[in-house]
Amino acid sequence: MRMSDQLDATFLALADPTRRAILARLAHGEASVGELAAPFTISQPAISKHLRILERAALVSVGQDAQRRPRRIEAKPLAEASAWIEGFRQIWEANFERLDSLLEELQRDRPSKRGHKVKGKPR
Amino acid sequence: MVNRLSKAQVTLPSDHEVVVTRQFAAPRALVYEAYTTPSLVQRWLLGPPGWTMPVCKMDVRVGGKFRWHWRNDQDGKEFGFHGEYREVSPPHRIVNTEFFDPGEVGGDMGNGAVITVELTEENGVTTLVSLMNYGSKEARDAAVSTGMTDGMEQSYQRLDRVLTEHRSTTI
Repeated sequence: MRMSDQLDATFLALADPTRRAILARLAHGEASVGELAAPFTISQPAISKHLRILERAALVSVGQDAQRRPRRIEAKPLAEASAWIEGFRQIWEANFERLDSLLEELQRDRPSKRGHKVKGKPR
Repeated sequence: MVNRLSKAQVTLPSDHEVVVTRQFAAPRALVYEAYTTPSLVQRWLLGPPGWTMPVCKMDVRVGGKFRWHWRNDQDGKEFGFHGEYREVSPPHRIVNTEFFDPGEVGGDMGNGAVITVELTEENGVTTLVSLMNYGSKEARDAAVSTGMTDGMEQSYQRLDRVLTEHRSTTI
């Protein structure tokens, strides 16, 4: 399934702090390999290797300037990856918000065991 | 006080697992009770809007079984889960298997998952960590994909547009 392969490539690309830092930098605008390598102590070839992983995941594209070859961030795979998890997270959050209300109700109806005994029907 | 506690977080520690973490403003024993008492579970474990839980049977002991069915208000379709408890250590740990009953809704989630729920308490706040091990990437992806809705398509198209506009103004 293509969607599944794309999600795998996205998560693999994101599973490295240097690649995440590269994406964060590109979110502010395109940059050449030299410009991207500048803040890091690792070598430019190592940065290029990271960029290839990001490009394979379609998270980064190469602009038209043949000399400078600026890299640009491509948002769609990131948005798709986070949407995929976000729906699942929201379902669980909705469940847990109902659980919050239930827990509040149970604590209201049953004062702590350090207090006096509560008479009345258990819920 | 509830606003300072973390909302549900989802992480993917491997290609076949999902972890859901959440904090609650309640003692651990109470969260454990709300997680293991059928009449209480029926009040919160409801999934997306529009579903009720007509069946909630739980025999929470080692070797005991559970069965959950949900029904859609609008079209009456049902689906569910069933499984067996492998470890029961009140008030801090439950381990159970979980098998999907596709009912009329359909779909396939593989050969079953193992769910490990752990509760820890500090200063009156209980942290729940639910590790869902689906055994395969395909089953894990199918489970997470149950959260995909039509609304998601619009959301990420909007995000894509915003990021594209931002990029073009900074070049």
